[in-house]
Amino acid sequence: MTKALGYRVLQALMVALIVGLLTFLMMEALPGDMAFRIAAHRYGYDAVNAAAAEAVRSELNLDRPAIAAFGRWFVDLLRLDFGTSVISGAPVIEEIRHQLGASLQLAGIALMLSLLIGPPLGLLAGLRAGGWLDRGLLIVSTALRSVPQFLMGLILIVLVSIHLGWLPAAGYGKASHFILPALTLALGLAAASARITRDAMAGVTASPFYAFGRWKGLSEPQMLRRHGLRHIGVALVTFLGLQFAMLVEGVVVIEAIFGWPGIGHALVHAIFGRDVPMVQGTALLLGLGFVALNALVDLAAHWIDPRESRA
Amino acid sequence: MLSRLLASAALTAALTSPALAHDGTVDVIAPFEIKGTDPATSGNVFIKMDLAETLVNADAQGRLVPGLATEWSPSEDGLEWRFLLREGVKFHDGTPLDAEAAAKALTIASGKPGLLETAPITEIAADGERTLVVRLSEPFAPLPAFLSEYRSLILAPAAYDAAGKVTALIGTGAYRLTKLAAPLRLDAVAFADYWGGTPAIEKASYQAVGRAETRALMAESGDADYVFNLDPASLARLKGVDSLDVLSVPTPRALLIKVNAGHPALKEPEARRALSMAIDREGLAHAILRYPAGADQMLPPSLAEWHSKTVAPLIHDPEGARKILADLGWTPGTDGVLTRDGNRFSLTLLTYPDRPELPLSAAVLQQMFAEIGVEVTIDSTNSSEVPVRHADGSLDIALFARNFALVPDPIGTFLTDYAPVGDWGAMNWDNPEFSGIIRDLAHGKGGQAERDRAIGIIQTELPVIPVAWYQQTAAISKHITGAVLDPYERSIGLKDMRWAE
Repeated sequence: MTKALGYRVLQALMVALIVGLLTFLMMEALPGDMAFRIAAHRYGYDAVNAAAAEAVRSELNLDRPAIAAFGRWFVDLLRLDFGTSVISGAPVIEEIRHQLGASLQLAGIALMLSLLIGPPLGLLAGLRAGGWLDRGLLIVSTALRSVPQFLMGLILIVLVSIHLGWLPAAGYGKASHFILPALTLALGLAAASARITRDAMAGVTASPFYAFGRWKGLSEPQMLRRHGLRHIGVALVTFLGLQFAMLVEGVVVIEAIFGWPGIGHALVHAIFGRDVPMVQGTALLLGLGFVALNALVDLAAHWIDPRESRA
Repeated sequence: MLSRLLASAALTAALTSPALAHDGTVDVIAPFEIKGTDPATSGNVFIKMDLAETLVNADAQGRLVPGLATEWSPSEDGLEWRFLLREGVKFHDGTPLDAEAAAKALTIASGKPGLLETAPITEIAADGERTLVVRLSEPFAPLPAFLSEYRSLILAPAAYDAAGKVTALIGTGAYRLTKLAAPLRLDAVAFADYWGGTPAIEKASYQAVGRAETRALMAESGDADYVFNLDPASLARLKGVDSLDVLSVPTPRALLIKVNAGHPALKEPEARRALSMAIDREGLAHAILRYPAGADQMLPPSLAEWHSKTVAPLIHDPEGARKILADLGWTPGTDGVLTRDGNRFSLTLLTYPDRPELPLSAAVLQQMFAEIGVEVTIDSTNSSEVPVRHADGSLDIALFARNFALVPDPIGTFLTDYAPVGDWGAMNWDNPEFSGIIRDLAHGKGGQAERDRAIGIIQTELPVIPVAWYQQTAAISKHITGAVLDPYERSIGLKDMRWAE
């Protein structure tokens, strides 16, 4: 296990270097004059002109060689300094904390909601594979998976906010603002985790060790507790790691529809505004986030099923 | 039985009343993001939310009215303006507004990109407690109008750090900032010590929502009270929602085609007129923009002093356009595109998608120009490419929206754009008579006849080709009264709003 974690630390270092270099090179390769683009994003396009662009150019030393700028960024990074946003002037780490925080809150609540909906249903369906619940769940989860998330978001807004008037259509700042975007994400996730749980459960109930348990006289709840949950746990946790990555993609779409301040929004705007430190910081943290997530999944899978490492 | 009836009545009520009762906070929704605390970048939001104020205000007709200054006047030679500050004004941190504080705020503002930077200011200083003096290198009549712009908001001395960077938003407005969650949200409460009396509504929030569809849904569901900037499709739908008032006003923003008058095919004014005659402005306005009419001159009637009643309107006449081009020596090639001396009449039209109607309008214009034999390639890119390609001379034509009323007097925009050239205006076009009139007007000389003459010159020479005048729209909840839709986009009437009885 220590070896696996050591591998993840090495991976994190590689990710930092590669992501930093790639984002920098990509931003350098984008067409258009950087000073004008930054000025347009700072002051609005009504106010961007040659004078504003020149002011930005001299303030940010945009004339210096690119390699020097990259070197400066990397040295700062080693001191855990992500630099300042060229648009807002605020430290990148503060901006990311606010925006990534908002995304993570949304993703976390969506994931929890999906866990409350998906696996319990999948479990019940798997215990009676081929039954009416199993067949019904297959239809519902296929339908939910096939609806694009932006459409699901709009359907929920029209139904829950406009027709029923129960929840705010969009916005940020109150607890009630979480429900619709989180539910939009959760329904898609639950559809998938219900299928995974169902298949794992159906596999377990059909296995010889489960038949042996029944034969020796254990009740169904005892069987599920002692031999079922642990088996489906590994499949589910591994899948959840993968789902979290999908969640980050989904969050970008959902943020746009629900007016949510998030990392997707931040990254897109930073690219349009040529906010290089912000792009580098955001991409870096997302990359490191995935490495950390994989490490956590490894740890959780090991904790649920320690057999592999003992072998 | 009774409980079942009650339950079904409750369900029916819930299903039929889309708007919830108000929650004590006016929720304002607009597309403009908050980039930070600096008025240079986000002052448009702060001024709308009554968080900070300018020395001079403008009413809905564009007339200058007292703001933090109660009166102002220029010296005899026009080189010095004196502004008398209002008494009893406090900043949100409790410190009083004095001339020293105002001078500091404006000196910092005039050093940042914006209109004020272009004014011929040599010094901004305090003369005693209540008099602010602005010294100029040459007379400049529109100075009070410049000081009404959102980038000239007056913040408290404590709002700036030693380097002049804005670190906190401490204004004098009727509302005080309580939470800033840039880039999308801010919350504010009524400022008890406001010089104009505490506003009736205690709390207000502002949220930036980029998608027009989402803004419309927020208005429709009743969880937003003032929704700014609606897309044409939503506008039609929201007009049928009982709980909303939908307002629309013409704004001094024009959809223009900037023309490189130095381009071999565009250097004759007649060629530019032919392009103008190819445009079916009414059709484009109705079908794409859903506006009542197109622009038949540069500025709309709402900008009364600059809308000329004497110029001949721009017309749609493709046949006439073809004739003009034939007279200039252009003949149709085998594919229908005009050629002259072996050169095709082929142009690149630059535009940007920040305003969704621009690429769409560009595609329609491409078709209209094709009908007179002019080949157009659309390049939809970043808005900043317009000034960039103006500077390096590679621009042919560009479609963009230009705001003429960042300050109520469009003379500032004319000075930077057309006298004689500017990033968003004339390119390789210099009309000494026009520049002279504009400079005289800026110095305080001349009147209506000169403005009409200036618009007449633009109308004949067409260094830019007007296409449409913009409409600003808003959906306002019937929960509130007193909201306004200001053509100059300075105010939403927040401090005068009340909950409806």
